[in-house]
Amino acid sequence: MQQILNFLIKYKNTLIFFLLAIFSLYLIVASHSYHKSRILSSANFLTGTVFGWQNDVESYFYLEEYNERLLDENKKLREVLVNLNDTIDYSSFIDSTNFKSTYRIRTAEVISNNYSSLNNYITINQGKNVGVKPDYGVITSEGIVGVVENVSANYASVISILNSRSKINAKLQKSNHFGSLVWNGNDPNIVQLIDVPRLAPISEGDTVTTGGKSFIFPEGIPIGTVTKFGLDQNQSYFSIDVRLFNDMTNIGYVYIIENIDKQEIQALINPEEDE
Amino acid sequence: MSSNVFLNIFRFLLLLFLQVLLLNNINLFGYLNPQLYILFIILFPIKGNQTLLLISSFLLGLSVDLFEDSGGVHALACLIAAYFRPYILRLLFGINYDFQSIKFSSVSYGTKIAYIAYMVVIHHLSLYFFEFFSFSHFFSVLEKTLFSGMFTVIICLLSISIFNNKK
Repeated sequence: MQQILNFLIKYKNTLIFFLLAIFSLYLIVASHSYHKSRILSSANFLTGTVFGWQNDVESYFYLEEYNERLLDENKKLREVLVNLNDTIDYSSFIDSTNFKSTYRIRTAEVISNNYSSLNNYITINQGKNVGVKPDYGVITSEGIVGVVENVSANYASVISILNSRSKINAKLQKSNHFGSLVWNGNDPNIVQLIDVPRLAPISEGDTVTTGGKSFIFPEGIPIGTVTKFGLDQNQSYFSIDVRLFNDMTNIGYVYIIENIDKQEIQALINPEEDE
Repeated sequence: MSSNVFLNIFRFLLLLFLQVLLLNNINLFGYLNPQLYILFIILFPIKGNQTLLLISSFLLGLSVDLFEDSGGVHALACLIAAYFRPYILRLLFGINYDFQSIKFSSVSYGTKIAYIAYMVVIHHLSLYFFEFFSFSHFFSVLEKTLFSGMFTVIICLLSISIFNNKK
């Protein structure tokens, strides 16, 4: 007994080291498994509050730019609206309870944004309290940003498209050929579209949009343009470099997209996984 | 003694907030951020309790992880750096270290740089290795360690010379 105690006392630092190392390895492995609610996430009260302070100060420096983006978006929407030949009667009362829509949109502000590591996350300042849940899509007026992963009462962490574990269904706008959008960790402005069949007609400058095969994003949200493409090792699929429309290094305000029919669709596809 | 404890607690908090609020947003050349917070491990009193160092470095790393959403990579990297610190001190200061008679502010500049560089390399290597978590990214790990490490060493030296003790 005495010897065991002596041993423990002599090697206590090494023991503590290994204990803590095993614990942090566990955290790392847990964070690598996709779709498990992670133990450590920036969507918590503490980090949310601190990032909130930081954002309070920082957002003033970008006000002008964000205003211009808003104007730009309004201009685009106005153009669509004006050119719609259907007459929309603005004056008539639309009863929102009868108004059937598939997607519900919320707004949020990005309070923390990483893009320098391999697996990047974004923190936004809306959470459970306004109904944000995991697996909601996050976009800006210019393109997609990511998918909500963890939520707390007032904050949510978003798995950025600049994350090696992110995989989003996307398509070539011209020909409707589908592929998966991934990121190789190199350039925060360039993502990769893989698994596009080689018979797809493709040229530089083509637009890539979201596919609509997932229930997260609606179809046709712009992502970026093709800058480079080539066949992969098997010579059967294209892998394409896509330059994002979004500036992922300066996001600002985002829209959170909820697919209202998602549960219904999922219940249809996996009847046994009825929750 | 107690002033030393307060100094280290203050340094812990200051470096943590400096890291997550300011330094993680530098992104030099798109991806380089100095990991200045390991200055806490570097400047921890040489005579200080090694167990305390291990636990506090782990907590420091864990806090950075919390803000960066990086799982536990910073915690593990800090832990490894803290664990190997006595061996590096022994390597650099030789027999002096065992007598614990050295003062960090009085060692020569070359030794200081070597000490910081060793610590930074150990920390960064483990940080980026566990961040990428695969051998296929071996060269990315080395590249990031090299460039980020140089950046960190420079910032560390600058902050040490700015906040040098008056004595």
